Amino acid sequence: MNKILIDLQHISKSYDGQLILDDLSLYIRENEFLTLLGPSGCGKTTTLRILGGFETPEQGKVMFEGEDITKVPPYKRQVNTVFQKYALFPHMNIKENIAFGLKIKGKTQNYIDDKIKYSLKLVNLDGYENRMPDSLSGGQQQRIAIARAIVNEPKVLLLDEPLGALDLKLRQDMQYELIRLKKELGITFVYVTHDQEEALTMSDTIVVMNQGYIQQVGPPEKIYNEPENAFVADFIGDSNIIRSTMVRDELVNILGVEFKCVDVGFGTNKPVDVVIRPEDVILKEDESGKMKGVVSHLIFKGVHYEMEVQANGFEWLVHSTKCFPVGTVVSIDVDPFNIQIMNKPEFEDEEALKIDG
Amino acid sequence: MDNHKRNLKILGSPYYLWSAFFIIIPLAMVFYYGLTDRSGAFTLANIASIIQTEHIKGLFLALELSFISTVICILLAYPLAMILSARKVSSKSFIVLIFILPMWMNFLLRTMAWQTLLEKTGVINSVLSFLGLPVLKIINTPSAIILGMVYNFLPFMVLPLYNCISKIDENVINAARDLGANSLKVFTRIILPLSIPGIISGITMVFIPALTTFVISKLLGGSKILLIGNIIEEEFTQASNWNLGSGLSIVLMIFIIVSMVITEIFDKGGESNFL
Repeated sequence: MNKILIDLQHISKSYDGQLILDDLSLYIRENEFLTLLGPSGCGKTTTLRILGGFETPEQGKVMFEGEDITKVPPYKRQVNTVFQKYALFPHMNIKENIAFGLKIKGKTQNYIDDKIKYSLKLVNLDGYENRMPDSLSGGQQQRIAIARAIVNEPKVLLLDEPLGALDLKLRQDMQYELIRLKKELGITFVYVTHDQEEALTMSDTIVVMNQGYIQQVGPPEKIYNEPENAFVADFIGDSNIIRSTMVRDELVNILGVEFKCVDVGFGTNKPVDVVIRPEDVILKEDESGKMKGVVSHLIFKGVHYEMEVQANGFEWLVHSTKCFPVGTVVSIDVDPFNIQIMNKPEFEDEEALKIDG
Repeated sequence: MDNHKRNLKILGSPYYLWSAFFIIIPLAMVFYYGLTDRSGAFTLANIASIIQTEHIKGLFLALELSFISTVICILLAYPLAMILSARKVSSKSFIVLIFILPMWMNFLLRTMAWQTLLEKTGVINSVLSFLGLPVLKIINTPSAIILGMVYNFLPFMVLPLYNCISKIDENVINAARDLGANSLKVFTRIILPLSIPGIISGITMVFIPALTTFVISKLLGGSKILLIGNIIEEEFTQASNWNLGSGLSIVLMIFIIVSMVITEIFDKGGESNFL
């Protein structure tokens, strides 16, 4: 594990009396690709702005390599930001845009020229030195914004939904581009997005946020496979979230049927939430499954079929490469290790009820 | 399609009539009078008369005073526009109101008010002498004219500047700070260059009316200081020499067009990458 580079300690921030971040603590390691993921208004952008120095938290400290930088202005920080809408300087050409930070730091012209060349090559835009920003496409402008930030050799690159304004195909290309850049530069990336797929594709660590609180921190696989609460489960990918009862260790009662599982330590006869990913639901044509149901909906999605199955009063979302036409009577089974047990949230408002999109 | 075009023509007719009667015909008359003598024969004497000492002095004085006024307006308006664009909406509209409020009152009235204020025995001097301070001798001097010009035309500098500065993307400013620029560098490298279009339109809106004014100079400059506007006015009203008045007007028009072309050239440099 790399050493800790940034340490956010008990950060609180509010706007107009509304609490945006509440006692948030988080550390970021050197050379990590960390993604702050959450719906709009969850506080992820505010966290990034605090890291960049554009906001000062009301409480808490920002430690950078062991030094308190909470009140240090942006121009004195060893971080650079890539803004959502590129924010290129419209009155300067590409060369001048990239050179901006270097000129202020008083670098020699030779050094600056080399850096411009190097950075344009890095973002695959050599030859664009003398173009004006508004003559470039969105994707190109975003890459220039990245080039403009990285020539300053920051220790951390902050990216505020940098792909949000791009179309799907370009967004996917840019995701690979960013992973490649990150590898070549060997610096820390802190990335803000509301797009769970982006987060899963690129990150080393994902921080899922909602309503100013961190919901879960972990590597993508863990976040996807072992969500800690219903919000995370619902926000990351499709899922079946079912109110159930933990009968005892390794046995859970889902919709009146007992399933074996692998989780322990939830107590006996305790109400819990169960998450089962749609691709983990096994449909069988015979009655060898645990629960009988009827297919009520069928959509072809390309890689798989998406089906809805009515069983024991619950509408199961199922992804399968096998097609079961509407009306087919099926039985449902789930492997024990695919059943993820979560404690019920202590507060109702933490539940994942208000997610749009 | 043809129907649509005909409709447009009908809708446009009031404006065509307006421009014909109030722009094109008067202009044509100015050119006619300017290029003929009293008997109606063609001559360039009216235009050439600009080189007469009195006329050329009036023109240069007008250029000088309106240039100074424009510079003062920029210096006063720029900080104000910056403060305004940094404000929250609620307090912003109040400050804008304070600045716009005088504009709703008649221009002539406001200038006459300054006359009363600045007079030798006017309000300001009464207060000053009451306090035992030396009195101002500003009325009937070029300074009084500059004061009047700045006072009257300042809002026309503030508004375009404010419009322009408030349109600068906050993230562009943040990006500059992020890249190492302190407040001074943010101003000189980002805000100032991006506000050039506002400065240009402010200049056009202050310099040209100041150049052609005759009311301000008449009221605050007494009858001794003659700007080119006053000379032209006198040719029309007192000397009844429409030909000479028109000739000088044509010269003034040329100066206005030249100054607009110059600002337009500067504008191209800034604006083309701005919008």
